[in-house]
Amino acid sequence: MELNSRIPAGPVDEKWSRHRFEMKLVNPANKRKHKVIVVGSGLAGAAASATMAELGYDVDCFCFQDSPRRAHSIAAQGGINAAKNYQADGDSVQRLFYDTVKGGDFRAREANVHRLAEISLNIIDQCVAQGVPFAREYGGNLANRSFGGAQVSRTFYARGQTGQQLLLGAYQALEKEVRSGKVRMHTRHEMLDLVLIDGRARGIVTRDLMNGAIESWAADAVVLATGGYSNVFFLSTNAKGCNVTAIWRAHRRGAGFANPCFTQIHPTCIPPSGDYQSKLTLMSESLRNDGRIWVPVKQGDTRPPKDIPEAERDYYLERHYPSFGNLAPRDIASRRAKEAVDEGRGVGPSGVGVYLDFRDSIGRLGRDVIAERYGNLFDMYANITGENPYEVPMRIYPAPHYTMGGLWVDYNLMSTVPGLHVAGEANFSDHGANRLGASALMQGLADGYFILPLTIGDYIARMKPDDVDTSHPAFADVEREVREQAERLLSINGSRTVNDFHRELGALMWEYCGMARSEEGLRTALRKIPELREQFWRDVRVPGGAATLNQSLEHAGRVADFLEFAELMCYDALDRDESCGGHFRVEHETAEGEARRDDERFAHASVWEFTGVGNTPKKHREELTFESVQLAQRSYK
Amino acid sequence: MKLKLHVWRQNGPGNEGRFEDYVAENVSEHMSFLEMLDVVNEQLIARGDEPIAFDHDCREGICGSCGFMINGEPHGPLPSTTVCQLHMRNYRDGDELWIEPWRATAFPVIRDLIVDRSPLDRIVQAGGYISVRTGSAPEANNIAVPKANADLAMDAAECIACGACVAACPNASAMLFTGAKVTHLGALPQGQPERYTRVVEMVTMHDDEGFGHCTNHGACQTACPKNIKVDYIGRLNADLRKAKFRHPAG
Repeated sequence: MELNSRIPAGPVDEKWSRHRFEMKLVNPANKRKHKVIVVGSGLAGAAASATMAELGYDVDCFCFQDSPRRAHSIAAQGGINAAKNYQADGDSVQRLFYDTVKGGDFRAREANVHRLAEISLNIIDQCVAQGVPFAREYGGNLANRSFGGAQVSRTFYARGQTGQQLLLGAYQALEKEVRSGKVRMHTRHEMLDLVLIDGRARGIVTRDLMNGAIESWAADAVVLATGGYSNVFFLSTNAKGCNVTAIWRAHRRGAGFANPCFTQIHPTCIPPSGDYQSKLTLMSESLRNDGRIWVPVKQGDTRPPKDIPEAERDYYLERHYPSFGNLAPRDIASRRAKEAVDEGRGVGPSGVGVYLDFRDSIGRLGRDVIAERYGNLFDMYANITGENPYEVPMRIYPAPHYTMGGLWVDYNLMSTVPGLHVAGEANFSDHGANRLGASALMQGLADGYFILPLTIGDYIARMKPDDVDTSHPAFADVEREVREQAERLLSINGSRTVNDFHRELGALMWEYCGMARSEEGLRTALRKIPELREQFWRDVRVPGGAATLNQSLEHAGRVADFLEFAELMCYDALDRDESCGGHFRVEHETAEGEARRDDERFAHASVWEFTGVGNTPKKHREELTFESVQLAQRSYK
Repeated sequence: MKLKLHVWRQNGPGNEGRFEDYVAENVSEHMSFLEMLDVVNEQLIARGDEPIAFDHDCREGICGSCGFMINGEPHGPLPSTTVCQLHMRNYRDGDELWIEPWRATAFPVIRDLIVDRSPLDRIVQAGGYISVRTGSAPEANNIAVPKANADLAMDAAECIACGACVAACPNASAMLFTGAKVTHLGALPQGQPERYTRVVEMVTMHDDEGFGHCTNHGACQTACPKNIKVDYIGRLNADLRKAKFRHPAG
C-alpha cells in the first residue's frame, strides 16, 4: 500500500490556489459522458452530488433513508465555523487554521486544514445564497456566537438546528439537479460492496431495501460520504442507521483505514435509563456556560441533590481546573466524569451520571434569563427524563458522538484505491485526534461543494477511463458474494437477536476502547471480539426473507461489519502507545492526569491495510510535518 | 406497566393489511414509544415472528423519519412532539393503543407502519429551492436580511417532512408542508427571483401527486411536531394569486 499524500509544493497558504491551477480539466462537453457515484446524501454527499451535476457530470446518488433530507447531518445543533471576522475580534484564516490544528492535538495534516480554513469563507456565502436562514442581528447582518477551543466569535448558526438548515440547503440544491435529470437519486438503497476493475474503483453493489433486489452500478469514480462509526458503541448520539459498512467494505477491498481509534466522546448527554435504551441524546455543550458540574463527596450517597449540603458536593472540574472550570475541553470533561462514576460517586438511579446544576445561575440571573438561553434544551430534557431541570439538577454523562478516524485520503480526497474518493466524517479528516465544535459541518461542506468537484475532474482528466458497464464479470462476482452473505445471515436461525449482539459489542467497546484505554483492556477486547463474532455467525437469529423489506437483515449486515471493524479499532488503540486528543491511554498521563503525547514516536497517521478477517492488520504511516504551527502541550489549568 | 397494542401489519404494498394484537409487558415510564416497540419486536423475534417494521433514525425529533397514528392522533397525544420523543410516562397501566400508518392516497403503505413519502421530495424538486451555482454566490453580508424576515424564514424552515400534516388532514392535503417551503424561501431576498414560478410549480406538483386541497380545517397545525403554522398556507395562497394575476408569465 503506497501512501502518497500529494500535498502541493509551496507555502501553506498558497498550496490550494496553486493546486487548483495545476489540476487538469475535463472539457465541458465531455463531462456528461462521465458518470460519478456518490454514496450518502448528508452535507458532503448532497453538496458533492449537486455541484458535480451542475458542472455537467452524470451523477447517481444513493442513501439508505427514504429521503436524502434525513441524513444524520440533519441532527447537528450548534453551528458552523468560518473565518469571516464579522465581529472584528481578530479572526483570520490563519487563526482558524491554527485553532483547528491545535484543537486536533497536532495529529492532522497542515495543508488540508489550511485549505479548510480558506474555504470556510465561501461556504457561508454559498449557504446564504441558497436561503439558509442563519441567525441575524437587527441591522440585518449575520450573527455569530462563540464555541469551544476558540477565543473569537466565528460560529454561524440557525437556532439549535444549524445542521438541519445546512442540509436542507444542500438537499434542495440536490433536488434541483434531480429535476434537471443530472442526478438520479436512489433512496432506500444501501451500498453493500465496492467493485474494483484493474485496481480502480468502478462501481458499487447495492441492496434495494424495499424489495431486497441486489443491483450493480458502474461509474468512472466513486465517492463515499457515508458518515462515522460511533454506533460501534451501540449507544451513541448517532442516528440508529449510522454504520461503518460502506467504508469497511471499501477497506476490505484495499482502502487504507486511518486512525480508527480517534473517537470523540461528548461530555454532556442524557445518561441511559435502562437496558432497553436505544440511543443517547446530546445536550448542547453551551449549557456548561451556566451550569456547574458536581457529584457527592461520599460514595453511594443516594440523598436527593437538594439535601446534599454544599460542603458535601465535589465540583470536580472547578477543583481540578480552576481557570477553565466547567468549560474544560470535551475530552477532559468526559474523562473526569467517568472517573467520578468509577469511584462510586455517580448519581441517578443507575449511578451512571453526574449533576449539571443551574441552581446558582438561576439564583444569580433569574429563571427567565436561563429560560431564554436554554429553554428548548430544558424542555427536551424534561420530555426525556420527566424531571424539571429548573428545580432538580440535570443528570449528564459522556457519550460517543463523532469519529475523527476514517478512510485515509490524499490531498485530493482520494483513498489508496484509485478512483475511490471519501468525504466528510467518513474520511480520516482534518480534525486530527479531536474535533472542535462547529467544525464538522464546515468540513462536510468544504469537501462536497468546493474540493471533490474539482479533484474528481482532475482524476478523470488524467486517467481517461475506458468504458465499463455492469456486464463486466467483476460485478457478477461481487453480487454473488453479497447475496451469499444475506442468505447466510438468514439461514443461521440461532437464538439471539441482532440487537442483542450489537448491544454486547457496544458494551465491550465502551468498557475497553472508550474514554480510557489500557494495554491490558485492549488485549482483553482483542480476545473477546473474535469470540463474539464467532458466536454471531453461529447463533444470530435474523427473521424474514431476502426479497422483502427486512430491517433485521439490514441491521445484521451492519453489525457483522462492526464486529470486524471493532477489532481494527482496538489494534489501532493498542498500537498508538501515547495519549492524544480523544485517545487516552492510561499509561500516558501527566502528573495532573492529562493526556501526554509522544511526538517522537507518534507524529503520524496510522494507516491500516486489511489482511483478512481475524488477521493482524498491517500498519503503514503517513508522517506529519508541522511547518506553520509549532508543536506544543495543551494546558487548561 | 402493561399495555394492549393493536398494530397494523401489512406485508407489502399489494397485500391486505390487518390489526394484530400484542401485549407490551414491563413497560418502563422512561422508555420512549419506539423503545417500547423495540422491546415488543425483540420478543416477536424470539418467538419466531417477524418484527413490526417502522421508519426511524435519529430518535431526536429532527430527521423526520418516524411517525404513525396512535389512537387516531399523528405522533400520539403530546403537542409538538414526534413519536420518538414521546415517552411512556404519558400512558397508564392497562391502556389500549391502536397503532397504524399514515393514511393517505399519496402515501401508499410499504410495510406495516412504513409509508412511501417520496411525493414530498418531488414537491421540492418542482421548485423548492433557490437556483445558485456553487461558488457563484456574492459575499454573504452584501445583502442585509431584516431580522423579522430571517426569523419568519427559520420558523417555516423547521419543517421535518414527517408527513403528520397529511395524515391529520381530512383531505390528505400536503399544503402545510408546501406552504412552509414557499414561506421560508419567499421571506428572504435571495428567494425573490423565483418566488412566483416556485409557488405555481410546487402547487401543481402537489396536486399531481394526489394530495387533496386545503379546506381550512387546521388539523395539520395541531398535529405538526414542529409548530408549523397554517398562516403559511395563507401566504402560499397569496403568492399563488399574485402569480396568476400580477405575474402571469412567471
